[in-house]
Amino acid sequence: MTRVRLYQLAVVLAFVLALEGLCAVGVIDKITMPAPHIILRDFFRLLLEGRYFDEIGKSLANVLVAFALAFVVGAVTGTILHGYRTARDILDPLFATYYAIPVFAFYPLFIVMFGLGDGPQLLIGFLLGVVAVIVTTLNGLDRVPLVLKKTARVNRLGPLQTALRVTLPFCAPYLLTAAKLALAYAFIGVIGSEFIMARAGMGYEIGYAYTNFDNATMYPLILLILLLSILVNGLLSHWEKTLLARRGLA
Amino acid sequence: MQADERKPLRNTLILIVGLLAVWQLAYWLVGDVALRSPWQTIAFLGKLMRTDIFWIHLRDTLEAFGVALAIAVVLGLLIGFALGLHRLSGDAMEPMLVALYSIPKITLYPIILLFFGLGLSAKIAFGAIHGIIPVALFTLNAVRSIRPILVKTGRVFKLSQPMMVREVLFPAAVPEIFTGIRVGFSLTLIGTVLGEMFAAQHGLGYLLMNAISLYNVDLIMAVTFLLVVFAASVNTALLAIDRRLHHGG
Repeated sequence: MTRVRLYQLAVVLAFVLALEGLCAVGVIDKITMPAPHIILRDFFRLLLEGRYFDEIGKSLANVLVAFALAFVVGAVTGTILHGYRTARDILDPLFATYYAIPVFAFYPLFIVMFGLGDGPQLLIGFLLGVVAVIVTTLNGLDRVPLVLKKTARVNRLGPLQTALRVTLPFCAPYLLTAAKLALAYAFIGVIGSEFIMARAGMGYEIGYAYTNFDNATMYPLILLILLLSILVNGLLSHWEKTLLARRGLA
Repeated sequence: MQADERKPLRNTLILIVGLLAVWQLAYWLVGDVALRSPWQTIAFLGKLMRTDIFWIHLRDTLEAFGVALAIAVVLGLLIGFALGLHRLSGDAMEPMLVALYSIPKITLYPIILLFFGLGLSAKIAFGAIHGIIPVALFTLNAVRSIRPILVKTGRVFKLSQPMMVREVLFPAAVPEIFTGIRVGFSLTLIGTVLGEMFAAQHGLGYLLMNAISLYNVDLIMAVTFLLVVFAASVNTALLAIDRRLHHGG
């Protein structure tokens, strides 16, 4: 194990042990937070009983749909936009300011427009992610070497074939970064929306458990969401690194 | 040169007109049930601004946001400098900070509510945790990428650690740190409003959620519009300063 890994392990252990200690001494009372070992026990109990599998499945399905929409629409829009300099210049201030805008503030409006179903949640997840995908795709396409474009022209490829066979494959690492961002945003968007106002889903269950002081459900579910998002993010980051390393970029 | 400077301004104007046109079109399509036109929204916002209640909610949000931002910047700078100055800590903690950055922090809000209780301090804490990480990450990378010759020069002058930070590291890292603060500003605002949307009795976020249960489309549109305009205009101003810092004016 490298020193960095040991350090990280030590930080996590120290954090958990500190919480355990604070809970044991009573600085953190039981109503506020159960001790970490109890959370872990509840976590496995919850998974073994399979009580929330429907809710988990529903949330994850929505996350996937929001992610797929944001990724496909974003990549296609980015590819088309790359050819139109003026349109890109006009949209540039929007892209630069986009992530300063509280997209969640639109959630009430979407509920009024589409009703309290999956629609508003998907839309929030999509809207959070799509611009990151567009910007990352544009960024990748800007870096396509001239020689590749010339080769495409020599082989008389049309714009669609050039994109599919030459430029987009070159941009694979950038598209992977875009996918990572879109997935993280889809997670935040869907779970966050469920949490604010919804009828089902993991975020909704956490909010419900909170209002009922049901710590034995709330903490394990929060732990599950944190573990899931860290795991997925870690896997994609790892893949991204190997891809970059193969190209000698990292 | 002058034409070049005017171009972004012209583009922004075209963009704003375009967005207003899309909004107006959407209004014509959807109708009065769920939307208001740009003009109606601005008119309602004007009316809203003449009520006392609105200013109470606005002050509450701004107060929570201001304190949260101050905490985020101070703690973010401290963490960033501490990790940036120590190689191993920086290498180990950076991926962990990035992982924390990508989790849906909103799920942590119930925990914060249990620890801080329902009220101003919970909102502040929630806003601050959104802002700390970007400020820390940008500071960490800024401190790390400072040219070694600057640090060596500082050592030649036998500067103490606090002097080194104040006279050499901080000035050299300012452009990157400012970018971090800009991102932190936006995220802290989002965090504060989100906190108000889930559980609060005051603030713009509360006003928004309350408007859903009353089915008050005017109020929803006006508050959303206000939040978007505020966030977008402050960010545009910060972005302009940011670009100037990075390109040396």
